[in-house]
Amino acid sequence: MNSKYISTFTNGLVKENPTLRLVLGTCPTLAVTTAAVNGIGMGVSATLVLICSNLVISLLRNVIPDKVRIPAFITIIAGFVSVVQMLVKAFLPSIDKSLGIFLPLIVVNCIILARAEMFASKNGPLLSVLDGLGMGLGFTAVLTVMGAIREFLGAGSIFSLPVTSEIIDPMIVFLLPPGGFFVFGILVAVSNAAAKKKGKKPVESLGCENCPSRNMCTRVQIGCEDAKEADADE
Amino acid sequence: MKSLLNVNSSPHIKHPDTTSGIMLDVIVALLPACVFGCVIFGISAAAVLVTSVLFAVVSEFLWNKILKKPSTSADLSAVVTGLLLGMNLPAKTPLWMVAIGSITAIIVVKQMFGGLGCNFANPAITARIVMLVSFPGAMSRFELPFVDTSTGATPLVYLSAESADIPQAVNFKNLFFGLEEGCIGETSAFLLIIGGLYLILRRVITPTIPVSFVGTVALMSFLFGENVSIAVFGGGLILGAVFMATDYTTSPTTELGKLIFGIGCGLITFVIRRYAALPEGVSYSILIMNILVPYINRITFKKPFGYVKPVKEAVPNE
Repeated sequence: MNSKYISTFTNGLVKENPTLRLVLGTCPTLAVTTAAVNGIGMGVSATLVLICSNLVISLLRNVIPDKVRIPAFITIIAGFVSVVQMLVKAFLPSIDKSLGIFLPLIVVNCIILARAEMFASKNGPLLSVLDGLGMGLGFTAVLTVMGAIREFLGAGSIFSLPVTSEIIDPMIVFLLPPGGFFVFGILVAVSNAAAKKKGKKPVESLGCENCPSRNMCTRVQIGCEDAKEADADE
Repeated sequence: MKSLLNVNSSPHIKHPDTTSGIMLDVIVALLPACVFGCVIFGISAAAVLVTSVLFAVVSEFLWNKILKKPSTSADLSAVVTGLLLGMNLPAKTPLWMVAIGSITAIIVVKQMFGGLGCNFANPAITARIVMLVSFPGAMSRFELPFVDTSTGATPLVYLSAESADIPQAVNFKNLFFGLEEGCIGETSAFLLIIGGLYLILRRVITPTIPVSFVGTVALMSFLFGENVSIAVFGGGLILGAVFMATDYTTSPTTELGKLIFGIGCGLITFVIRRYAALPEGVSYSILIMNILVPYINRITFKKPFGYVKPVKEAVPNE
């Protein structure tokens, strides 16, 4: 029984890392990781929201009618995002300034909604909290690493401490959107290569089989319908 | 006797053109402008060119070595990329920046997308833009020819100035023969045009892209009352139009497509020069049109003789 809790927790850290393996929440990943501190700020805020929303959704999972579950989830998530946003504004105004619009946009972060739909609405409160903690920490870790890489190459510093910025000119391109895509692509490639060594499928956006959201895709969507028809034809 | 007994499959008739032969022609065409750049900007220009070629070739060699792929360094394409990148840099660019640019061109833009013939954008252009965005200071410090310390802006800043405000040195003769501020290889329009004519005579390139590119820029700047000789000869237009926009992989295959490509490059260059905060728009325009090449190819696709449009009806799978 214990191992189940442990595996639920570690699942989000490595095996199903939300950013690198599920490729969810790419918008904040690319947008805020211009500095390592921003990555931590974003990651911790999202983790707090994720844990709280997973807990509440898990507790209410038998009460929420299936038909209106998405609006109900969003409402719960939005409540916690407001709380976190006020806390950050009050105690960490500099983080609030650098995260900008992406802090309130945690409401529509795919990771949080996906975990609510795929996990919290089907499992008990303790498991859901562990899942939220694991996923959140996995998200935070990737954001921090990405932020550190981009900050080091793009500004010559790590956590705002100058490393190389006084010796050579840093490559500003890494602080701009192209650099974000570049670092993100390299990290996904590295994690794919590591997964391949362990004999796992790389992340590919091909068909329903590899779709990370297939468990939450209860309704037939256009793309999936096409894929099914193609399968049937063969 | 042995050669007569060789049995192999078709094709048996081969064209003498090879990748390394075409690349050698391009290098020969570039050399006069390179030498001229080294003469007017001095030893630092030569150092930039050598560094960029060296790092391009070495990074291609190492990439193939590490990924256990057949070595492609002998086809000279990396030399051309390195040479073009170096010619697009100011003479006093720090050499470590040049090295980063070369590695970006070969590893990121060329090899990561599959190597020669598979890259979606011109490696030298893209690397130059990466450097321009990354090191805006070093990349826009141009030198006056034959003067070691003085730096200035390119003649493009006088594009829409009154003729009385333009300095005496910025005249047609200096611009055409290359006595002006600029990147190492872009100053001498005269030598670049000779190189371009050589390539056209050797049938390495067709004149469609260079003529439509330069023509569009000249026409637009004339219509908007700018100084046409500065617009055509003052920046990197000739170098870009003759040597960078005509890259086989990243330009359309049909002549009509090349015309569209050249006019598009010209229009974007003109718009960037006139309205954007950047002084020069040649590299951005070529990059943007590079990305549009697949679409241009699709709309200018030649119909084979006797081609019948397929009936839009799903063929049942057997």
